[in-house]
Amino acid sequence: MTQRRFGRRDAMRLGGMSAMGAFLAACGVEGQGKPQASVAPDAVAKFWNGKVKNGTVDFANWPLYMDPKRPELKKFTAKTGIKINSYDEVIQEMGPWFAKVQPQLSAGQSIGYDLMVITNSIQFGQFRDAGFLAPLDHSKLPNYVANAAKSYSQSAYDMGNVFSIPWASGITGIAYDEKKTGRPITKLADLWDPAFKGKVGMFRDLQELGNFGLLAAGIKPGESGEAEWKKAAAKLREQKDAGIVRQYYDQTYIDALGKGEVWITQAWSGDIFQKNVSDGTDFKFVVPEEGGTIWTDNMTIPITAANPVDAITLMDFFYEVENAATLAEYINYVCPVPGAQAVMKKHAAEASGEDKEYLTSVAESPLVFPSEADYAKLHYYVDFNTAEEQQDFSKIFDPIVLG
Amino acid sequence: MGRVKRTLAPYLLVLPGGLWLLMFFAVPMATMLSLSLQEGDIVNGYVFTGHWQTYVEAISDYQTQLIRSLVYGVIATIILIVLAFPAAYWIAFYGGKRKATYLFLLLLPFFVSFVLRTISWRLILTDDGFLLSPLKDVGLLPENFHILGTSAAVIGGLVYNFLPFMVLPIYVALERIDPRVVEAARDLYATPITAFRKVILPLALPGVFAGVLMTFIPVSSDYVNSEVLGSSSTTMIGQVIQSQYLSSSNYPTASALSFTLMAVLLVGVFSYARALGTEDVMKVATR
Repeated sequence: MTQRRFGRRDAMRLGGMSAMGAFLAACGVEGQGKPQASVAPDAVAKFWNGKVKNGTVDFANWPLYMDPKRPELKKFTAKTGIKINSYDEVIQEMGPWFAKVQPQLSAGQSIGYDLMVITNSIQFGQFRDAGFLAPLDHSKLPNYVANAAKSYSQSAYDMGNVFSIPWASGITGIAYDEKKTGRPITKLADLWDPAFKGKVGMFRDLQELGNFGLLAAGIKPGESGEAEWKKAAAKLREQKDAGIVRQYYDQTYIDALGKGEVWITQAWSGDIFQKNVSDGTDFKFVVPEEGGTIWTDNMTIPITAANPVDAITLMDFFYEVENAATLAEYINYVCPVPGAQAVMKKHAAEASGEDKEYLTSVAESPLVFPSEADYAKLHYYVDFNTAEEQQDFSKIFDPIVLG
Repeated sequence: MGRVKRTLAPYLLVLPGGLWLLMFFAVPMATMLSLSLQEGDIVNGYVFTGHWQTYVEAISDYQTQLIRSLVYGVIATIILIVLAFPAAYWIAFYGGKRKATYLFLLLLPFFVSFVLRTISWRLILTDDGFLLSPLKDVGLLPENFHILGTSAAVIGGLVYNFLPFMVLPIYVALERIDPRVVEAARDLYATPITAFRKVILPLALPGVFAGVLMTFIPVSSDYVNSEVLGSSSTTMIGQVIQSQYLSSSNYPTASALSFTLMAVLLVGVFSYARALGTEDVMKVATR
């Protein structure tokens, strides 16, 4: 088996692996929000008309989201004859990525990639609403149609998968160091506990932060509007003004937890699993009683892509059960292909020594395989209907992070 | 013909520099100004409407960070002068043959990248790190004592990172003082303190001025130190601009804040220049 190299995404991914079974069983993820207005009926035909296979594809992804040896891509080339011209791990944060490619997309120029993996974030909405994403021709996605978990077609950020199909999903909850907190943490209210003054970490990402504020105020993110956002912001402001929050973190929160800077923090499940595995720490991860969030990274084709046919062929390739399984074995996030679980189990049974041990520990970890009860508590992000709503949301939560 | 040439000559000479300024200063500035007066959003595009209220809103929303940046800038600059002057003084007057070596040693840490150096401080100052952890273990510090995330950590980082930019100009100014001038002062019964105050300090002042110019502006607009060593209560204006631009895609506000910051710094620097005079700075700078 491939040598494992750990990093943030690498870690986050472990949060998911699990799920498949449980996740799919609990298809009804709450708060998926309003259905999205779809594109004009002829948009798909208009875009795909006359587009042909060019035999090459450029792929932009997040770091450590595929085995460094890229076995799946090699297999893809062998099978289809389409060459992967470049596979770049250039996406590290959604905001900067959008800011980077927006001028080219606005000008109708190629961004140099035919396929990019983007999170269901504010920026996903910006990409979608600005018309920067190619509408997908589902007739070119037979494996997706056959093998994908049906729940994904119900996600509010892209109802019916008009522009995107998932790459992987993960969970946002609370991580803590029980030696320091002195007691188990079970709910969001613990993040507001004055006992942990100056020792609480929150996410800087406005949607992640806003979601937790909403859930703490007893509001479902998917059903929220401006009035609810203000309530959530007031709740978060209270937490900040009381000096409880040490810092609003990006991925560095995991170091802060490791160094005792924070005792309890908003966290991505897989990071904690990875930290415990690689550093021998014993941090706990919980989906809070009031609820946590689930996010999805999605494969999309930029509207200016030079090789869209090749890109959509590659997208579909990842939905072949065997490929989805090997990919998930490396990245360990929630795999969008339910059938992959059986294949993975088979692979695990065939493995031996350290690999088997590792795979078994992954399989048995409650962090990697959260319970169905956990899944029932997961919410999708706040969804926006207009760009103005996005800006209002940012304006409401921004001052908290920037204080 | 010759006369035409003569009239044109100054313009021709100024042309390369002028073009440079136009391309890399005036055009971006004008773009930024225009952007700050536009309305709209990233999805539907921004349109120029001369909406100057963005400035009012941006300044009122982020006045805390704006003021904090200037306060940090002033404090850091004063600490920099206090630290850099004795160091430069010692090297200039007591460094002997090894002056160059001492200067080199002073600059050595700065061969490492700015960001890496700042992150190193994070490792040193972290709550359970090798500096604070033992002190907490023996009970000299309370368990939740921390330096990271405080104003002290941010200002400390700023001072550390910009030290050479203060030391070098002061050193240059001090180094060119003829020791005989000081001797003369002493011969005329000046005490060492008087000699320093009446002779050395005035001659060194242009160096201090240049140092302030080279540190105050970058220090006030820096965002790395506050980002890496600070917390949400030490946010500087540079962070706000970065976040407005990259996370919120709110280009007008980001531009308005950049422009405001620049205006405030320019006013500050010009008043400072008026108070101290700029001629000597040119001398130091062109030496």
